[in-house]
This record gives sequence, C-alpha cells and structure tokens, in this order.
Amino acid sequence: MMTGPLFDIAVAVARIAVFFAFCFGLVVVMTWVERKGAAYIQDRRGPNRADIFGIRAWGLFHPLADALKFLFKEDFIPDNAHRLFYQMAPMFSLAPAILGIAIIPFGPDVTVMGRTIALQIADLNVGILYLFAVSGMTVYGVVLAGWASGSKYPLLGGLRSSAQMLSYEVSMGLSLLGVFMVFESVRLSQIVAGQGGLLFGVLPKWGVFVQPLGFILFLVAQYAEANRTPFDLPEGESELVAGYHTEYGSFKFSMFMMAEYLHMVVGAAVVATLFFGGWQVPYLGGAGFLFPGGFAVAVPPALVLLLRLGAFVAKVVFFAWLYVWVRWTIPRFRYDQVMRLGWKVMLPLSLLNIFATGLIMLLLKG
Amino acid sequence: METVLFILFGAIAVCGAIMVVTRKSPMASALYLILTLFAVAALFVLRQAHFLAAIQVIVYAGAVVVLFVFVIMLINVPEDRLPVERATTTRVLGVIAAGFFVLESAVLARRYWMPKGPAAEVGTVEAVGRALFTDYLLAFEITSVLLLAAVIGAIALAKRKT
Repeated sequence: MMTGPLFDIAVAVARIAVFFAFCFGLVVVMTWVERKGAAYIQDRRGPNRADIFGIRAWGLFHPLADALKFLFKEDFIPDNAHRLFYQMAPMFSLAPAILGIAIIPFGPDVTVMGRTIALQIADLNVGILYLFAVSGMTVYGVVLAGWASGSKYPLLGGLRSSAQMLSYEVSMGLSLLGVFMVFESVRLSQIVAGQGGLLFGVLPKWGVFVQPLGFILFLVAQYAEANRTPFDLPEGESELVAGYHTEYGSFKFSMFMMAEYLHMVVGAAVVATLFFGGWQVPYLGGAGFLFPGGFAVAVPPALVLLLRLGAFVAKVVFFAWLYVWVRWTIPRFRYDQVMRLGWKVMLPLSLLNIFATGLIMLLLKG
Repeated sequence: METVLFILFGAIAVCGAIMVVTRKSPMASALYLILTLFAVAALFVLRQAHFLAAIQVIVYAGAVVVLFVFVIMLINVPEDRLPVERATTTRVLGVIAAGFFVLESAVLARRYWMPKGPAAEVGTVEAVGRALFTDYLLAFEITSVLLLAAVIGAIALAKRKT
C-alpha cells in the first residue's frame, strides 16, 4: 500500500504518461490519416508501400518509415541563417503544443484505493486561459523560423502568420466568452460537468446546442490558429515554396510537423471538451442510461467509465479527422480575405454572440 | 520550497531583464523579454495570482512582444549595420535613473522583503472578476472608455491621408 505523497506523485506521473502517449500516438496516426484521407478524397490509393516482413497493413508503417527518414537525413543549416535562432525555432513551435495537453479532462473522476482521482493532468483555476497563454507562444516558432532562415519566402511566411495568428486570437478568445457565461466557469472540468444535464428535458446540454454561433466561430478561429487549410497562408506552397519552414530539413522539419499535428489533436480535444460534452455520454449517468420518457437501462460502474473514456476518444478522433476533411475539401483563402474575415466578420459576430448570450440569460433568469 | 522557487524565478527575471537591455541583436532582446515576462508570471503564480499570471502571458508575451518581433522582422536591419549609440546625455541620465532605482528597491526590500504566510485568495479568476465588477466598477468602465478612445484614435491616425 502506497502512502500519501508517493501515491500523489505516482498518480501525476501515470496521468501525464497515459495522456501524453495518447496524444502522441494520435499524432503518429494522424500523419497517416492525413495522407490516406487526402488520397481517398482525391480518388487515389495513398501510401501503401512501406512494409515490415511483407506486411503492409494499409500503409500504417509509413509514419515509422517517415520518422526513420527524418532521423537519418543530414542536419543542415543554411549559410544565411542565424544559427542559434534557426535551431531554437522548431523547439518554440513544439513546446507550446505539448504544454497544451495539460488541462484537457479526458475522463470523469475515478476512485482508486479509496482516493478520488481526476483524469486531468492539471485542473487549473485559470482553466482555458492557460491554453490561450501557451498557444499564444506558437507564433514565435513560426516567426522565428521565418526570420532566422535568412531567406525571402520564409520571411514572408513568418510575417503572414504573425498577423494572422494575432487577428484570430482575438475572435478565438471572444467566441468562448459565451461558453464561460453559460457554464459559469473557465475551468474545463466544471464546463464538462455542466454539460451533463439536459436541455428542455431532451437535448444533452452540450456547448454546441447552447452556443451554436460560438462553436462555429471557435472552430474557424482554431483552424486559423493552427495554420490549417483554408488558412495555411504562412506555408502556402504555390506562393511561398513551403513558407516558414522552407529552409528546414531532417528532424527539425519533423518537429514542425509534429507541432502542427499536436495542435490538431489538442484543438480537437478542446472542441470536444467545450462544445461536445468532453467525456459525457448523452443520457448516461453514474448508474446507467436514463432516456427522456423515463426509459432506464442499468449499467455497471466499470462499463460507465469505459463508455465515457471511449466517448472522449471518439469525439477527439472525429474532430481530428474533421481537420483532414476540411483541408482536402476547401481551397485556400487569399491573404486579404483572411484578414477581412477575421476582423470584419468573426470579430463582430463574436461580440454579437456575447451580447445575445447575456440577453437570453437575463431574460431566462427573469 | 516557495522561497527557493521565488529566488529562482526572481533571478531569471532579473537576468533576463539585464540581457534585454544589453543584447545587440533586437531579436535576442525580444526573446529575453519573453523569458522575463514568463518569470514574472511564475512569481504571480507563487502568490496565488493565477489570473494575473495568465493575463501577463497572454497579453504581454503573447501579443505585445509579437508586435515587437513583427516590427523587427519588417525592418530587418543586418546586425553589422545597427546604428551605434553615441548619446552621452542619455547614458548619464540612464546611470542616474539606475541609481534611483537601486536605492528605491533597497528601501522597499528592507520593508517588504517577501510576503509571509499563504497568500489570500484574491488572485483567482472568480475573485478578480468579482472585484472588477463591484468595488472597482467605475475604474473598470473608465479604462474601457479610455481604450475605446485609443482604438478610435489609432484608426483615425491610420486613415489620415498625408
């Protein structure tokens, strides 16, 4: 039997290890899903050649082959680059993405050996503000890469991205204020708990149903923050070769890739948490299902826990896939369109959303 | 434990600040500024001012310094062509100001070296929000009007045709 502090440390380490492994595992799978998804959307077969002892497994070994390739390529620094900043940039890109993992609640509280354990690495008082703080740091990776490469296309990519990320950060923050107002907290654990109830006795009280406009605005802002199509101007290959990471090769390039995919995974987890109930399963309480109309099905506690963890994973995987789906469906914006959308559409709409939410809440409370 | 962390982050903040003003490359200065801002945010967390820490990182490290970096990139002066500072008056004034700063910090440090005991719950999101919308409502509203005026002023300046 473990004692107090030792138990706490073991729990903390286990939580970090499990969720970190989940996120990075999903990153690896996502690189495969991206290529395979692109292929099927474009009516191709996609990567299917890498094999281990003749087993191809639908090209699932391609991420492994990619990683090996990146590891064994020459680590090259261009002559014009600022050596130190050039090497720092990929770290600046990857570190904030990793830090974002910490506040996602990936399951309900569980009781182990008489102790209640929250399945969340850190339940901070500032909640989602922490995520804004660390994700605001990503811009330095991009900007620094663009500037330190000592080459024109990366510089243009870096400039574009800094303007774009600053613009959409504003709408991203404002689009969530409605969620905070409805669930009366910025803590992710409490927002998830608040989404367990029912709306009008039928609909689950998920963020997407109480804040439909907020959801759309947040999703769009997130795509812009992650530099994903249709907002991938910073690396628009038809104009800027590869944008800010043009001059990067080998493992440094793969760090940028990992950062991008990790942003997708964390972003998907945040959308699932804030707007789709996180680990909540509709109509499932601690003792089992209770459907509207009084129809009840008893479910053992262990199965409830499994269902909830499964629901969280399914939601995250779906929203990660949505990134891929959107990328290969919608063409890239022009730069002035991105700016106009950010400042003249997203910002007024998110302010309107706050006003409307406040008004409705005021009327409902009477 | 808290004292150790305080000294650690305090040292990082001070060293970072010194590096900001002594580095020749503007980009290096900007990056050291981020380090300093982070260290100060850590000091806020040590005093249970979580909200302040998050806002410090979001606003200063995440937005203000990004604008600095943006300008540095746009101007992009090669390091060997940076102008050499020769203003003797500025240096003399700087030394005098630094002297005053050291004196003041010494006086302050003697009186309030480090707050004793656990910090009160005034720095959480809930507490800051309540204080802003009750006790300090007038100041809050006046600040927002001031910011609005600044925004309008900035737009008016940017639109002016010369």
